[in-house]
Amino acid sequence: MSPLWLDIGPASQIEPGSARTLPVLGGEEIAVFHTVRGEVYALVNKCPHKQGPLSQGIVHGDSVTCPLHNYRISLRTGEALGDDKGCTPTIPLKVEAGRIFLLRKAVLGRAAA
Amino acid sequence: MALRERLVVIGNGMAGCRAVEEILARDPARYSVTIFGAEPRVNYNRIMLSPVLAGEKTFDEIVINSAEWYAENGIHLIAGDPVDHIDRERRTVISRSGRVEPYDKLLIATGSDPFVIPVPGRELPGVVTFRDLDDVDKMLAAAEQGGSAVVIGGGLLGLEAAHGLSLRGMRVTVIHLMPTLMERQLDEAAGWLLKTELERRGQTILTEADTEVILEKDGHVAGVRLKDGREIAADLVVMAVGIRPNTALARGAHLECERGILVDDHMVTSDPAILAVGECVQHRGQCYGLVAPLWDMCRALADHVTDAPTGYEGSVTSTKLKVSGIEVFSAGDFSGGEGTEDVVMRDAARGVYKRVVLRDDKLIGAVLYGDTADGSWYFDLLKKGEDVADIRDALIFGQAYASGGALADPNAAVAALSDDAEICGCNGVSKGKIVETIRAGACSLAAVRSQCKASASCGSCTGLVEGLLALTLGDEVQQGAKTLCGCTSYSHDDVRRVILERELKAIPEVMQQLHWSTPDGCASCRPALNYYLLCAWPGEYVDDQKSRFVNERMHANIQKDGTYSVVPRMWGGLTNPRELRAIADVVEKYDAPMVKVTGGQRLDIFGIRKEDLPAVWADLNAAGMVSGHAYGKSLRTVKTCVGSEWCRFGTQDSTGLGVRIEQMTWGSWMPHKFKIAVSGCPRNCAEATIKDFGVVCVDSGYELHVGGNGGMKLRGTDLLCKVATEAGALEHCAAFIQLYREQAHYLERTAPWIERVGLDHVKASLFGDPDAVRRYAARFRFSQQFMQDDPWAQRAAGDRRDLHSHLGEVRPLTLETI
Repeated sequence: MSPLWLDIGPASQIEPGSARTLPVLGGEEIAVFHTVRGEVYALVNKCPHKQGPLSQGIVHGDSVTCPLHNYRISLRTGEALGDDKGCTPTIPLKVEAGRIFLLRKAVLGRAAA
Repeated sequence: MALRERLVVIGNGMAGCRAVEEILARDPARYSVTIFGAEPRVNYNRIMLSPVLAGEKTFDEIVINSAEWYAENGIHLIAGDPVDHIDRERRTVISRSGRVEPYDKLLIATGSDPFVIPVPGRELPGVVTFRDLDDVDKMLAAAEQGGSAVVIGGGLLGLEAAHGLSLRGMRVTVIHLMPTLMERQLDEAAGWLLKTELERRGQTILTEADTEVILEKDGHVAGVRLKDGREIAADLVVMAVGIRPNTALARGAHLECERGILVDDHMVTSDPAILAVGECVQHRGQCYGLVAPLWDMCRALADHVTDAPTGYEGSVTSTKLKVSGIEVFSAGDFSGGEGTEDVVMRDAARGVYKRVVLRDDKLIGAVLYGDTADGSWYFDLLKKGEDVADIRDALIFGQAYASGGALADPNAAVAALSDDAEICGCNGVSKGKIVETIRAGACSLAAVRSQCKASASCGSCTGLVEGLLALTLGDEVQQGAKTLCGCTSYSHDDVRRVILERELKAIPEVMQQLHWSTPDGCASCRPALNYYLLCAWPGEYVDDQKSRFVNERMHANIQKDGTYSVVPRMWGGLTNPRELRAIADVVEKYDAPMVKVTGGQRLDIFGIRKEDLPAVWADLNAAGMVSGHAYGKSLRTVKTCVGSEWCRFGTQDSTGLGVRIEQMTWGSWMPHKFKIAVSGCPRNCAEATIKDFGVVCVDSGYELHVGGNGGMKLRGTDLLCKVATEAGALEHCAAFIQLYREQAHYLERTAPWIERVGLDHVKASLFGDPDAVRRYAARFRFSQQFMQDDPWAQRAAGDRRDLHSHLGEVRPLTLETI
């Protein structure tokens, strides 16, 4: 039986204030964000607007600005902020002893579909 | 006499003893108490170890329960003989010396252990943790020898250790993995203030520093090497990176544990006869490392074991740093986010930063630096969950204002001041003087600043001046110049001026001094500040890649599908077989779907994945090509026509001049993109009169044109001047670019800039003083020394690999087949 959580390595691999990517074979690429405050979030790496790669945006507070058309997306909820509409799926995760664990079901759920 | 129930407590620390005190206060006759302690001494206040290290307190002063207390309460203390084993079936505990103690109720209060990072050398003599009095003794012994200490960990404990060692005369370096100190308790702004203050006190603070190995010499610690290769000599290394619940005994007895020992709301573990309390437990998913939750837990525990159960519901915690002279306070959740609102006050002159976080009109978090007087008031509001809508406007000014009835409106607070009250401390301007200035016609903040200097220096009284404007004029207040972005009330020009005047050299420093209302800015102000600092302090300011738009961070142009396009530099639009072969090879090797000739006379290779960029650049570098900066707010291209070398109409060597201009200007960051062209005759085949800087060669010399734009809004250039020599053309080009770099707003092309300031202003700046062109050009050339490093070559050589590589790839074991 596969474990509930998927260990994707230490949070220190991601410079605080930026994001890195995790492709999923047959599924949607995931962007893992590390904020300046040290929080970690994971979202599908697609802006709800025109599928821009959120991982490449400027991270500020707990939101990211999409590099294509400046949509601001909440890292907590995946929702577009301000006047914009749309939502990017988030991946539940936990950080233990400095390592990031993604909820396996949420990562693979998209791959199986 | 009825036989008393036997309560055995494992752990003679703050939690164990407090729990016993609480039980005794409720029912002194119920239990016969035995306490096991690992340390051979009575119970002391562990959180006061820092003042002991710093020499501000002695051990005797931090003892909580003396030997008499144990005796008076009939408590049997077994100190220095730790419990090794719990036998749940027989209900006994067995100590290291073999002592067997039966219990009816067992309380585990084993606290936590310092976390030791698993680096080589961690067991060397001279490497210590900071947890108990023995650690303090070791540190004091080392400090007596003098020398250097490295403290690993810039959290609460690490900074207190560093402070103590520093006071004891050691040279202290703090190594912290994260970019800001105490990142769990403080936001970035407060962390930066703290770092600055500690550095001022002589400590060296290295953030984003990851320890690789602890170095050894002659069997003793000799220093620390970081992963980036830096070495720091040290006679003492203190590990203070954190703690983890001590669950060893509980796990040995097969009690349910996760991070900590699992307990319910009555502090009962998975065995009803065994309770646990303090830092070793996990309650509703939370483990605590602070003292306040412990008091609440002990109350609930005592209520339960004296048959009056109440239950513990978790704690909201607050933190105060015990470093004398530095006031830091934080409480609750200040990470911001959806549905929360920040109220920020910064008083740069006093070194004060206050931030409170609200959600649904309730205070949910607070960070205070420099002035923590209202910490307890905010904490109280937070814990009570009181609605603060009525006092919201004055909340940030503290209890005195907010609770003052009539003063609850901040404008009323200003109104209540007498006419001779000083509003602006920097320039000594009274309230009466400001009101007089406003009545005399100053209808905006900018006008007040320029006419009476109030709020024109540090800006900390801006809110008060705005209050006076509102009181005096009502709705007639005029809004000033457009602010840089929603995070600040300052305009672009103000920000640039203050950066120079106060010699601000870091983004957090600018945000602090100019009272930014967000903790770390936004996607508008961060790139702007990064540019302004880069322009102001060439060679000194370290570019902040996190504040760069994706194209400038990745040195390529992002496309709608997330791939990148790559444009190698072709000087003046010239190329040769070697370059063309290299480009052709790259297109084939990386299967680029499209190559396009650009308007700027370059070749653009499309569809390159971010992972392949460094390899593509390596191939292009090998053929002698560098970054074309087609992606930057920077010099883009110098477009040329063929000129006198080939063209029968050409008057000058326009291609040669174009190449030389491009070699002088490439790599320079600008407020916006910057395009140049050189045409060899007035037929103007290079379209120089719609460029930011255009040269049109004529028989008698070179006409220099500025401020053209062929983009969204077509604008023909203005003629700046005419020069006789090629050297003159180059000099004026450098001078004009520098003027634009120093004066335009970020994201303002030369065309709107010149429309805004006027061509006369540009001419006056460059020609008003016969030496001005030379000075501007010299500043440009100085700055260029630091800019002309090919960013592609650095990346191709392995720099910032993390920006180009994935974290990994998930390959599901089973894929559904159709």
